Amino acid sequence: MKVIWQMFLQSAHIAKKRAFLTIAAIAWGTVAILLLLSFGEGLKIQLNKNRRAMGERLAVMWPGETTKPWKGLPAGRPIRPTIDDIEYLSARMPELEAVIGEIYSWRTALGYGAKVVNGRVVGTNAVYGEARKHYPVAGGRFFSDVDVSERRRVVFLGDEIAADIFGKGDPVGKTLLLSNSPFTVIGVMQKKTQMGMYGGPDSKHVVIPVSTFKALFGRERLNVLVLQVKKDDDMKMALRRVNELLGAKYGYDPNDDRVLQTWDTVKSGKITANITIGIQLFLGIIGALTLLIGGVGVANIMYAVVKERTREIGVKMALGARSAWITGPFVLEGLLYTVLGGVAGLSIAMVIIAGLGLIPADGNKVMEFLGKPTLSWQIGVATSGILGLIGLAAGYFPARRAALIDPAQTLRYE
Amino acid sequence: MATRHEEIRADRPIIEMVDIRKVYDTGKVKVEALKGIDLSVAKGEFIAIVGPSGSGKSTLMNLIGCLDTATGGEFRIGGELVKGLSRDQLADVRNRRIGFVFQAFNLLPQISAAENVAMPMIFGGVPAKARKERVAELMEKVGLGDRMEHKPTELSGGQMQRVAIARALAMNPDIVLADEPTGNLDTSSGGDIMGVFLDLWKQGRTLVVITHDMALARRAGRIVEIRDGRIVRDAAVGPEEGAASVSAAAGAHVQGLASTAEQAA
Repeated sequence: MKVIWQMFLQSAHIAKKRAFLTIAAIAWGTVAILLLLSFGEGLKIQLNKNRRAMGERLAVMWPGETTKPWKGLPAGRPIRPTIDDIEYLSARMPELEAVIGEIYSWRTALGYGAKVVNGRVVGTNAVYGEARKHYPVAGGRFFSDVDVSERRRVVFLGDEIAADIFGKGDPVGKTLLLSNSPFTVIGVMQKKTQMGMYGGPDSKHVVIPVSTFKALFGRERLNVLVLQVKKDDDMKMALRRVNELLGAKYGYDPNDDRVLQTWDTVKSGKITANITIGIQLFLGIIGALTLLIGGVGVANIMYAVVKERTREIGVKMALGARSAWITGPFVLEGLLYTVLGGVAGLSIAMVIIAGLGLIPADGNKVMEFLGKPTLSWQIGVATSGILGLIGLAAGYFPARRAALIDPAQTLRYE
Repeated sequence: MATRHEEIRADRPIIEMVDIRKVYDTGKVKVEALKGIDLSVAKGEFIAIVGPSGSGKSTLMNLIGCLDTATGGEFRIGGELVKGLSRDQLADVRNRRIGFVFQAFNLLPQISAAENVAMPMIFGGVPAKARKERVAELMEKVGLGDRMEHKPTELSGGQMQRVAIARALAMNPDIVLADEPTGNLDTSSGGDIMGVFLDLWKQGRTLVVITHDMALARRAGRIVEIRDGRIVRDAAVGPEEGAASVSAAAGAHVQGLASTAEQAA
């Protein structure tokens, strides 16, 4: 090892420009792989955040028709749970975090002063606010169980529809004419970038107590039933239990999974996670290829150096240099270029990523979905690993050629 | 591995070759470069191997120098059998037993004369301090004590070859193996270098010089002539032959010899 180091130092002070170009190629590859992976990471974080904006561990169920005969009853019967089933299920399934029932009124006139907007009205129960992440802007609130039980005329607004109706002013405390009935605005939802949705984006609907909805519109059959479990693993069990309970109550086969068509965010979350892993992998491979091109550049230069120093290598062999003392300096040189290029690339990538981080994300639709490029330690480890492998290979193969030089061939003639 | 001093008995030759053969197999044709060489070189001998090009003398030099291995026969150097050795083992044998002097000098251009001389000692694991002392001693011996830090490109041909000789002696090898050592030098420098060799011979070194220059060969103690892969003549140089070469050589030859002797002393 000592000999390798001495040989390396003796040959190191050559070809500075060539070394610089090689290092630049590696640096460029490193920047490429880091940026790609950081964008992938940012996208993953943003996707997760956006996906969770609707709420977590939810199962959204749309009541439909039976597809199997059951106890003498034919297939094709519509099954429509009602407002009462919210309480019915809550009482029998204490293991759930929340049971939500929703009734919709589409394109309902919402008026304030001279301004009238058509929007979707959702009647639901109080746990909806927490489970579906309808967090109020400071100064407002979501409605409570008391609002529901006393059938109060209170309304919670999505942020975009609030702006449509009330403009820039604070709507809380003002009176909204909902289908010509006066409602008091009690809160406006905090802005969120929502990826998953059913019926429409949360920002564009208004929410009122389900009891008030029934009194106003005279309907009590649910459009949607939503369950929230306490942890991901509970989901399967909860879905089966709901079908057993409602199947017994309404008379359908609990194994008939078309009665309540279900969107389970736990399951779709796993799919999303797999997709993001796929994207990361794809970006990583592109980055690694870019880096590989840099590595080929290093190897190329090292090959040229080996060829140039053929006679020198032959002389050293004649003087008694072992193979490792010939190859070692080349491997070191390849590694050195790679490490220097890697460090340079990392610095540049960090500056670029920090620069991109300064761009404000608010109001930037692209950024809301792509997220900000983020460096993580996993990216660092992966990049270092790839760099190290490429560096070793870029030095090793030319070095092996050097070791195979036949001194007898190189020494005799000019 | 036993050290060479344990192995060599006083009467044992430095080089022992018995029926050495070398066949180059290019796949299509087999070329028999050496067809059974028997050669024995005793410690302290100065032999010249001569022959026309294509005679096999380069092949013989590669074998003696352990740069290549024979395809048949038995070769011992300093009593050590050179057979079935790995590349690294061959490298070690070269390092310890052989000091090379080449026609083209083959100094490494980017490092100083002193660093060139030190190179075999780095491979031989000589500690830095001992290395430094030995380099100074050798450079002094070849008359270049004041040129230690010069790069090879800053030296004349004769001076480069002296540096190469100093490098060849660095590990105190069993033999000094020179391949056309004066081939790239003018008559004066060539004579100079020849003088250095004669000096080394006087000091008891074993020298093997490959050359096609008969004038140079006649200065050695023994001439081995190769033709078509075989030794056709192996004879001691008679005193009249040596005298003839001296008279044939230029006056500068003798002067160069004298000056070298002075410097060495």
